[in-house]
This record gives sequence, C-alpha cells and structure tokens, in this order.
Amino acid sequence: MNGEAPEVAFGHLIRELAPQVVGAVARRFRDFAAAEDAVQEALLAAFTQWPREGVPENPRGWLFRVASRRMVDLVRSDAARRQRETALAAEAPVVELADEIEADMDPDDTLILLFMCCHPSLSTSSAIALTLRAVGGLTTAEIANAFLVPEATMAQRISRAKQSIRASKAPFRMPSLKERKERQPAVLHVLYLIFSEGYASSIGAHLQRLDLAHEAIRLTRSALALLPEDAEVAALLALMLLTDARRAARTGPDGELIPLDKQDRSLWDQAEIAEGTALLTRVLSAGAVGYYQLQAAIAAVHDEAALAEDTDWKQILALYEMLQSVAPSPMVTLNHAIAVAMVHGPARGLERLQALDKDERIAGHYRLDAVRGHLFEMLGELEKASQYYRSAASKTTSLPEQNYLITQAARLEARGKVRER
Amino acid sequence: MKYILLMNGKKSDFDGYARWSKEDLQANVAFMRGYSKELTDAGVFVASEGLGWPNEARLVRAGSNGEPITDGVFPESKEFLAGYWIIDVETPEQAYAMAARLSQAPGPAGKTGEMPVEVRRVLSGHSDLGL
Repeated sequence: MNGEAPEVAFGHLIRELAPQVVGAVARRFRDFAAAEDAVQEALLAAFTQWPREGVPENPRGWLFRVASRRMVDLVRSDAARRQRETALAAEAPVVELADEIEADMDPDDTLILLFMCCHPSLSTSSAIALTLRAVGGLTTAEIANAFLVPEATMAQRISRAKQSIRASKAPFRMPSLKERKERQPAVLHVLYLIFSEGYASSIGAHLQRLDLAHEAIRLTRSALALLPEDAEVAALLALMLLTDARRAARTGPDGELIPLDKQDRSLWDQAEIAEGTALLTRVLSAGAVGYYQLQAAIAAVHDEAALAEDTDWKQILALYEMLQSVAPSPMVTLNHAIAVAMVHGPARGLERLQALDKDERIAGHYRLDAVRGHLFEMLGELEKASQYYRSAASKTTSLPEQNYLITQAARLEARGKVRER
Repeated sequence: MKYILLMNGKKSDFDGYARWSKEDLQANVAFMRGYSKELTDAGVFVASEGLGWPNEARLVRAGSNGEPITDGVFPESKEFLAGYWIIDVETPEQAYAMAARLSQAPGPAGKTGEMPVEVRRVLSGHSDLGL
C-alpha cells in the first residue's frame, strides 16, 4: 500500500470491517450493546496480533470468529447464572456460528448501526462517541485522545450511551422509511459535528491526534455509498470536502487564525474542491434544495474565487436568502447580514443584525459581536469596531479566536493612533 | 465543553483543616475519592489534582539574566487554590450541578462544608469563526 506504515494499513482495513461485523453480530444475538463490546475486543485483538502474525487470509472472518466467541462466552455465563440453557449457548462450534453470521451479513447493517448510534434518546456527545466506535471502528483510546479526555471517561460515556439505547428498547432493524426521514437530519448532524470538531480543533500542535475531520469524511462517504440517491448525504460530503480544502490556509506559522479573505488561496486543496464541486453539481441538478446543499453551494462559491475580491457575494446573498426560508436560524441570519453588507454596504448589514438582539439564542453570543466589529470596521467606525472585537474576545470559549479578536482590536487602535499624530 | 471547578481557601482554612478530627478527615477523603469516581462514571471526568499547602508556595520572577528570584507569599492576605477538577460536559448547568455536589463535601464535625466552588470555562483550541 504505497509506502504506508503497516499499522496504518491495518487501521484502514479494521475500520472498514468493524461496522459490518458489529451489525451482523448485533442482529444475530439481538443485543447491540454486547455485540458492540465483543467486536471492540476483537478489534483490539486484531491490532495486537495482526502486526505480529500478519493479516489473516480472511480478516473479516477472523473478526467474526473472535467476536462470536466472546458473545458465546457471554451468553453461556449469563445462561449459567440463570441456571438455564439457551439455544445459542448450545454446544455449536464457534467457527460454524461465526461463518453462519458472516454469511448472513447485510450491507444495510452499517446503516442500521448509524441510525442506532444517532438515536434520539442519546445526548450529542454520546451519539458522537458511539458512532465513532461502532460505525467508525475506532478504539476507545483513539476517541478519548481525539476529545482530550481520559480513556476511562470515554469508556463510561460509550457504555452509558448503550444503556440509553437498551432502555429505549429500540430493536436492531432498519427504521421504517418514515422514521428514517424523521431521523436523517440528526444522523447528518452527528456526522457534521464530528467533522467540525476535527476541523475546528486542527489548530496548533496535536501530534498523534486522530484526524476527526477525515474520519467524518470517511463515514459520510460510506453513508453515501449506502444511500446513493440521498441528495443531502451527498451535499454533506460536498460541504465537508469544500471546507476541508481550505484547511492548510486557515492558520499561520504560529497557529494564528487567518480569515477567509486573507488566506493564501494557492494552499487550497484543488482535488478536494473538484470532488466537492462535482458532487454538488450532481445533486443540484436533481432539483430539491436542502440545508446541506445550500451550505455546500455557499462553500463552493467561496472556493471558486481565485482572489477574495472575486467572490460572487451576490450569489452568496441569494443562497443565504434561500437558506433563511429552508432552515431559518439566528446563525443563518448572522451570515446573511454579512452577505448583505458585502453586497449593499455595512450599514445595511448592521440593520439586519438588530433583529438578533431580541433573539436569546444568540443575543449574548460572541459571534454577533465579532460580526458587528467587522461591519463597523468596514464602515470606518474604528472605535466602535474595536469595542465589539474586545467584547467578542471576552465571550468566546476558544483560545485561538480570543487571540484573533484581541489582535483585531489592537490593530484598529494602533491605526487610530497613527491617524491622530 | 470543558469546565474547571476550583476549590480555594484562605491560609486559616488550611490551618483549620490540619486540626480536623481523624473521623472528619477520613470522611472528607472518602468523599473526594468517591467524587472523582462519580465524575468518571458519569463520563465527564478529565483531570483533577490537589495542591501543596500555602506555606510551600513561592512567587517566582525572572531576574536580569533570567534566573529565578523566589519570594515567599503573604499567606494571610489572599486565597489559595487547594485543588481542581476539570470536567467535560454539554451545558453550564451540568457543570454547576457537579460543583454543587462537590460543595457538599463533609467538613468538621460531619457538617457539610458549604465550601464555595469557583466554576470557570476552559478555553478550547476550536474555531468556528467561519474561516
């Protein structure tokens, strides 16, 4: 595999196989929580044995065997405790059982799993952790490391998530079409959150940290393979690619944030832009317009401008207007106001922001202040602008953003002083 | 989102703690141990440390050649950090609930400590400025 370290190649293979094994074992034993644990043990065994002994001829069958053995042990000890035998605890050899389960595998299992992990009874952080483990085939240690929490904490979070699913009595089967329609936005949201967690925290030195943005892209790719006709899944993948393309340009040598209009666009990843644009073109030509399609379209308009001043803000404004009718939210209103400012001038943009002061979902949010700072700066009201930048800096929960916003305020004040002299 | 729960005390509080009865100390230590386990079981624990006492505290400044110049602190006048817990939760309300639980740590004569706990947000490395 073109010079990749063997453990990287193992990692890819194991992650690819993991959800298929979890799905089939869960379906056979009708116990998702236990199956997921059993497969995690099989993955850990693979990670230690395969590098030493080589990848088995049938790696998937190997994982099925180890996971099935574990399940049978579990069922037997359960049965022994309850002083009765179950059909599954009968003396059937594990190898046969594993072969049977493997033969019974269904590509939809991965999809069932994805809906299960994004179950409405779970908190967002639990859904994210469980999705990464059960569908993403990541180990608890890798997930813990990505979120900078101890492994024991992440293990508890995952086990509590599974308890919630167990308590909800959700059967391991494909949700009905109606249910799938209802729950699809939640599934896409979890995938998007995994991406943004990775993309947002890719600032600074996080050596050896799992790349969550790339994991999210991988998971969304496999969701698209299972739901090739779903325009929103394709659009979400396009949005991720079109955003990830700018990654190398968004931070400077000291890890400082570089805003879109100051980025060195030659650093943008043209392959990702081309793939994202092609996906988007395909779904847009199909008609129906959804949330992720519009977000991806906006990202694409930014990405196609070779220079910041070439950005087609009129088109972005039109897209935000559509977004406001498809999926209104204070964040959309905020971004819409920026587009208004770029097309009709900062005063008009500032007018649009007034409505948000009464909206408690965003009234005290640092981004509202940050955008006001930016628009007052465009207007030439530097003192007001720097006040808003400072106010935003005091409210943000991110260190790189705080540094960026304070630097903006200091830059304006220095400019003001130069003018006074 | 991560929060840090800070437990502060004056020098007199530390001196007082040194004179608690054996039973009271044991109850307090057991509570603290249980508290960290509660946080782990809830899937929110990130880190926790207890700090040495104020009489060991030194203020350090760099001299002209960058050498450390140490100075004692004036323990009567200020509050000292006794220990901290970092937790990873979804809402500030969850962090406040965890802090309230910590504040129930048993004090002398089995009385609940009523120790105030300072809750602060830990800044992340994130950015969602839309860049």
